[in-house]
Amino acid sequence: MCVAAPMKVIEIEGDTVRAELGGITKEARLDIVDERPELGDYVIIHAGFALHRIDPEEARATLELWKEMGAIDEVPD
Amino acid sequence: MKYLTEYRNGALASKMADRIKAICTKPARFMEICGTHTVAIFKHGIREVLPDHIDLVSGPGCPVCVTATRDIDKAIKLARIPDVIVTTFGDMVRVPGSESSLQREKGRGADVRMVYSTMDALEIARQNPEKKVVFLGVGFETTAPTIAAAVVAAEAEGMENFSVLSSHKLLPPAMDALLSGGELDVSGFMCPGHVSTIIGTTAYEAVASQYHTPCVVMGFEPLDILQGIYMLVSQMEAGEARVEIQYRRAVAPEGNLNALKTMGRVFEPCDAPWRGLGVIPKSGLALRQAYGPLDAEALFDLDVPDFPEPPGCKCGDILRGVKTPTDCKLFRIVCTPENPVGPCMVSSEGTCAAYYKYSR
Repeated sequence: MCVAAPMKVIEIEGDTVRAELGGITKEARLDIVDERPELGDYVIIHAGFALHRIDPEEARATLELWKEMGAIDEVPD
Repeated sequence: MKYLTEYRNGALASKMADRIKAICTKPARFMEICGTHTVAIFKHGIREVLPDHIDLVSGPGCPVCVTATRDIDKAIKLARIPDVIVTTFGDMVRVPGSESSLQREKGRGADVRMVYSTMDALEIARQNPEKKVVFLGVGFETTAPTIAAAVVAAEAEGMENFSVLSSHKLLPPAMDALLSGGELDVSGFMCPGHVSTIIGTTAYEAVASQYHTPCVVMGFEPLDILQGIYMLVSQMEAGEARVEIQYRRAVAPEGNLNALKTMGRVFEPCDAPWRGLGVIPKSGLALRQAYGPLDAEALFDLDVPDFPEPPGCKCGDILRGVKTPTDCKLFRIVCTPENPVGPCMVSSEGTCAAYYKYSR
């Protein structure tokens, strides 16, 4: 039930965004998001609400760590 | 797909598994307390790549599964009131109460509607001003703020025909209850990713230090889970018990302060009954008195008797991590996803449903 997915913000109108993932789009409200996203940002969406703006630095840091551990060869852009 | 595929590479996952094997010298048993982890672990075959002496066990991480029979009966009682429209998330509709389910009530003519978001329930209320629309609030800390946001919106709009029946649950008190019972033996907790997006990590500190149990908040992709297990094993091997975040792209130590504020404005902690675990102090959320006009518990007479679990059903033991679905005599024979006896078989995130679908 806590399923939530990172989706790319493709439209912002007032307190609602439209976000996309693999061709599927969803609307989500921004009432409880931790940091207001901008166009092109990724947000974690759950039950019609954006919960979190993904921090690209932290996302990259995890991938860098895996590269160091030998689990992945390249950090993708 | 950004932030998904790069965390999902199967061949590379085996390299991470090799690293776990290299450092894990003693038997380990880790509990996941999130239904999404339960499903992800099966779906990605995580157990198969781990060494035999690392055991993964499911805990009370499925909100539908831990909802007490009595709370389901309250929802059924609501659905039988004329002029009431019951709105809820999909899984709840099929959960058996003591003698019926919302689905069965719907078949008998009750107005029960599944929604994706509380905002859809508000829209139903706007379109049906002559009806009373009740939303069944079920879910952990990930979901509760979305229900709180709808309550705030309904109040601001002055809606008089919308209310919430809150059966929300909080996970850290359940972790404490599991360990304080002394019945559960785990080497560490795989803490839930999206619950922690909201609550951060402070609530796990007490569990880690009081019971000397490592806690790692992890994401849901295969490499996230394997790295999280690596972190748990590292702590265990070093004799440490700390709270760490693997899922850093989604979880900050302080959590989501905006969501917590909305949740705290609408709800207050209350003692709550969990299926299999009994009443756990301060583990539920009730609407604050100021929101009485939006509280279904205050608006309707929902008194229902307590009811024992169905005979033979082991959902309670499974939710406490002391039994697995294959220990239950009903599993796969009497209890199936088409004909579920207990809630763990109903929800797609239930432990029994995951075992049924993925293990043979």
